[in-house]
Amino acid sequence: MQEALRRRVFVVVLVLSVGFLVLYGLGAKLAFGETNGFADRAAQTGLDSRTIAGATILGLAMFAILFLGTILVVFLTLGAVRGDAERGLLQPLLVRPVSRPALLAARFIGAAVTAGAYVALIFLGALLITRATGDYWPDRVVVPMVQLAAAVAIMAAISLLGSIWLSGTANGIAVFMVFGAGLTAGLLGQIAKALGAETLESISRTLQWALPFEALYQDALSGLTADASGVTEQIVRLGPFGGAQAAGPLLLPYAVLYVVIIGALAAAGFRRRDL
Amino acid sequence: MTPVLRAEALTKRYGRSWALAGVDLEIEPGELVGLLGPNGSGKSTLVKIACGLVRPTSGGVSVLGYPAGSPAALASIGYLAELFRFPGWLSADELLSLHQRLSESEGGAPERDELLRLVGLAEARDRKVETMSKGMQQRLGIAQAMVGSAQLLFLDEPTSALDPVGRRTVRDLLEELRARGVSVLLNSHLLSEVELVCDRVLILQRGKIIAAGRPSELAQPRGVEIETATGVRVVEGAGRDDVPALVAELVAAGEQVYGARVLRSSLEDVYLEAVEGSMS
Repeated sequence: MQEALRRRVFVVVLVLSVGFLVLYGLGAKLAFGETNGFADRAAQTGLDSRTIAGATILGLAMFAILFLGTILVVFLTLGAVRGDAERGLLQPLLVRPVSRPALLAARFIGAAVTAGAYVALIFLGALLITRATGDYWPDRVVVPMVQLAAAVAIMAAISLLGSIWLSGTANGIAVFMVFGAGLTAGLLGQIAKALGAETLESISRTLQWALPFEALYQDALSGLTADASGVTEQIVRLGPFGGAQAAGPLLLPYAVLYVVIIGALAAAGFRRRDL
Repeated sequence: MTPVLRAEALTKRYGRSWALAGVDLEIEPGELVGLLGPNGSGKSTLVKIACGLVRPTSGGVSVLGYPAGSPAALASIGYLAELFRFPGWLSADELLSLHQRLSESEGGAPERDELLRLVGLAEARDRKVETMSKGMQQRLGIAQAMVGSAQLLFLDEPTSALDPVGRRTVRDLLEELRARGVSVLLNSHLLSEVELVCDRVLILQRGKIIAAGRPSELAQPRGVEIETATGVRVVEGAGRDDVPALVAELVAAGEQVYGARVLRSSLEDVYLEAVEGSMS
């Protein structure tokens, strides 16, 4: 955390986040301005234009927040083991009566809490901007926010696992490729569903179980319009960057179990690692 | 008495090459042992195994009877790596405080003050690590290794970045440690320093100990130098017991003898001889 402060990581993140929220505010204002023009006509056909515009642009913001949160968490953890060992930072700490798994857990908690708080803060900011510019408030707030934070925590666990064996640069590349693979799986799932391609859907589902941050993101998107119905529901379910998809009550416990398993693998790998 | 460090039939293999090929050693309480050897001879690997940073391929290491790397063993040792870095944003005092917490030391501020004084950094307690010279960081590293009343210190090239004054400080510190009964395994290329401070020297080559003993035992007589009116003569192969006869012979021959000195090989000579001998 202190290293991130010293390297001005948080200053850069703060500047970029403020920039993002300002641009988001402008975009939201324009989008709501456009949709307000045909709100009455849309209502005649059973469409809730404010919900469609609000859920869509807030969904876009959630994608950006997930991406920014992932960048933050990856940069906080990508060199946690091998990178720090190569720099000579880790060895003085390990020659103390502190277990390696405890050290790893501390790094995970530090990164996950920092990035989780960041994600929650920016999500709330985007929410307030959406409310101010278009008078839109999603059906669920807390659960989607927690799911975004959990998605970022999963990325922290994956990044820490990679840091046991990979150098900082290689781990950063690998984690972002995994992130991309998860997002692609979500998109493929939506396409497969639209086309009725069962094999593709099955592949997508398997990938989403293997990388549950995407399922958390989709479930979070789904929570925005949990109470929507009819044509409005169908349109917002398509969503940006992988559609909204309710995952059921087992997703969050599965995500916790997933982090525990990744953590156990990382701890086992770290125990055996020569430094 | 339980040795502070015991290694038995210790081996470590990296891929196809053996970093350690069967090392046996013991360090007694309060003993200052110098570990010498060319680059790649296995010195750092040996120290890292003893610190629990590297797992041996076979054999075992114990610290005060506890397996190396176990919490009890780690609580008894201090380590300064050859390549180390401390978080730059911490001050010297904060760094020592962090290590006190990690080692569960209850020494508090008095312990930190004393350690900083011992390494000559009393004036730099609030200075950030990132503003310190490499030499200052190395001395801070030694202080860090001493946190928590360690009974065995592993110092890997602790004077490599120090100027002559800094080296003198470390030498005095090692004497102080010896007086306190702390054992030290000193890994260094500076043979003259090792010769000055160490009770015992181990020479490692290709993962094996090829020579061991007190510096005075290892150093062999290599002749007698006699100063006469006609110049300095060196009698190769002669020793201390030969001096009276040599002087008497010269005096009988009409020479005026001003002095005689037994020449001994330095640790450097012993080291080079041992290393080159094991390679041939």
